[in-house]
Amino acid sequence: MRGFLGRWGGFLVLTAVVLLLPLILPNRFYFDMAVKVWLNAIVCVGLNLLIGYAGQISLGHAGFFALGAYASAILTRRFEIPGLVAMLMGAAGVGLLAFLVARPILKLKGHYLAMATLGLGIIVAIVINREIWLTGGPDGVRVPALFIGDWRVSRIEDWYWVAGGAMLLAVWLALNLIDSGVGRALRALHGSEVAAATAGVDTVRDKAMVFVVSAVFASIAGSLFAHAERFITPQEAGFLRSIEFVTMVVLGGMASTFGAVVGAALLTVLPQAVAEFQDYKHLAFGAILIATMIFLPKGLVPSLAELFRRRRP
Amino acid sequence: MSLLKVEGLTKEFGGVRAVADVSFAVEPGTIHSVIGPNGAGKTTLFNLVTGVYTPTAGTVTLDGRDLTALSTAARAKLGMQRTFQNLQIFFNMTAIENVMVGRYLHLGTGLVASLLGLPKIRRETRLAREKAAELMHRVGLEKWLDADADAMPYGALKRLEIARALAAEPKLLLLDEPAAGLNPKETVEIDELIREIARGGVTVVLVEHDMKLVMNVSDRILVLDYGRKLAEGTAEEVRRNPDVIKAYLGEGAA
Ligand SMILES: Nc1ncnc2c1ncn2[C@@H]1O[C@H](COP(=O)(O)OP(=O)(O)OP(=O)(O)O)[C@@H](O)[C@H]1O
Ligand SMILES: [Mg+2]
Repeated sequence: MRGFLGRWGGFLVLTAVVLLLPLILPNRFYFDMAVKVWLNAIVCVGLNLLIGYAGQISLGHAGFFALGAYASAILTRRFEIPGLVAMLMGAAGVGLLAFLVARPILKLKGHYLAMATLGLGIIVAIVINREIWLTGGPDGVRVPALFIGDWRVSRIEDWYWVAGGAMLLAVWLALNLIDSGVGRALRALHGSEVAAATAGVDTVRDKAMVFVVSAVFASIAGSLFAHAERFITPQEAGFLRSIEFVTMVVLGGMASTFGAVVGAALLTVLPQAVAEFQDYKHLAFGAILIATMIFLPKGLVPSLAELFRRRRP
Repeated sequence: MSLLKVEGLTKEFGGVRAVADVSFAVEPGTIHSVIGPNGAGKTTLFNLVTGVYTPTAGTVTLDGRDLTALSTAARAKLGMQRTFQNLQIFFNMTAIENVMVGRYLHLGTGLVASLLGLPKIRRETRLAREKAAELMHRVGLEKWLDADADAMPYGALKRLEIARALAAEPKLLLLDEPAAGLNPKETVEIDELIREIARGGVTVVLVEHDMKLVMNVSDRILVLDYGRKLAEGTAEEVRRNPDVIKAYLGEGAA
């Protein structure tokens, strides 16, 4: 029951937050910030399935985010494919790419896996920067507005609901997955790969699978981001973006879906709220990453949950 | 037909032959023990049988089927389970979740159905939880159902591994020192549990240093020494074997 209340109770709270937050958001600037929070949260919820639950690292997820964003930009702009179709095509392409690289990459462990995913992200960034004819290169590219049916999603308030809804969907999918046999297999191979294999888990297949799922989450978030901002630059593919995502997951809490959302929220809002933070953003992210690992290795949400549980016998 | 058949099994680490040309057969429904001094190659033998290690030479067959090319997971599918001498617990999960992982082979593994939380998946999870709880009662862990695995004492973790292995409903169960580190009372309970498992139709291969336990429960005993097969037979035969006495009690005693 604890698990049930914790999970679905948490989901209700999150839904309530999404529904009520607009009441206190004073202006466009804050709505825009909230959209960024929800979209980053989608990436982090997916990345947390990989890092927090399955125990595999990725330093290249900004690459998948950017691929989704550019797929949407290019497919809608050049080929006039409807936005939602382009988004799904992008996600399918990213999923396929992730699947093809997953098997060789996920045979690697620890540092090697970190290096391989890092390399993957860097390659994506280089390609986007260089293939100017397709991507617009370092200057970036404009992105048409998103249509959902006849509804042209353009006002930032509209984007709030689209991004918030997509984030809730991502959380719901992740919670379902974790509470299934597949989800337990992922956590098991994190705990002991040999014991998971002994229980019949095809550890290579399942690692590849969660890598694909997390890449697809990032791709969808990237597509939405591109349409919401109406403009996309190769910076989104950068190594530092990948580090931001990992820091969000680690700060919020490994193996906690709500932790991933909280981490995304904190580290999206903080740099915008504190002007000084902006200049030293990446330095600060590094410091936060180190401090969390040393002082709060489980991350914010799991640590708070534990505190709460201990207080209440 | 024998359930498990091991022929000419050999494993070399560098120059060391940890298992050297070992052959034996395990009959269905029996308790077959493997004993030998520290470093005799018992755990290595388990790792070879379960596919954790690739043998240098030799074959393993289950129900007449050659397992040589199969992964550990594929062998699990054919009905093989084990426990570990150096515990392999999922410390990032609760006790009952550990046992639920043992149900993996009996659950659907569709990714999309799992993401969508289809009723079928939820029902399976509920049934897996019920089955796991039942098994935890059976091994005497009813107090620990929702405990975090990393908060449990050693003796309870030993049983947890047995419950997890049983959750898969194996034909063949390999137990690597289930009584190590347990007090005499716990050892008696494990003794009874192993017999009960065997009575339930599961074939057991048991590695154990507690000679009283081994002599009590075993239908047959295989003795390893420096990776070689030293003797094999009933408890009585093994006890009388001069080579075994020599290996265990030293040259002077023979
Ligand atoms: N992975 C490995 N790499 C190198 N040597 C190994 C490895 N595993 C086992 N050995 C060696 O193989 C020999 C047999 O070890 P094994 O663990 O199988 O013995 P055991 O009979 O299980 O001993 P114990 O009763 O202490 O558990 C030992 O000499 C050990 O050092
Ligand atoms: Mg051993």
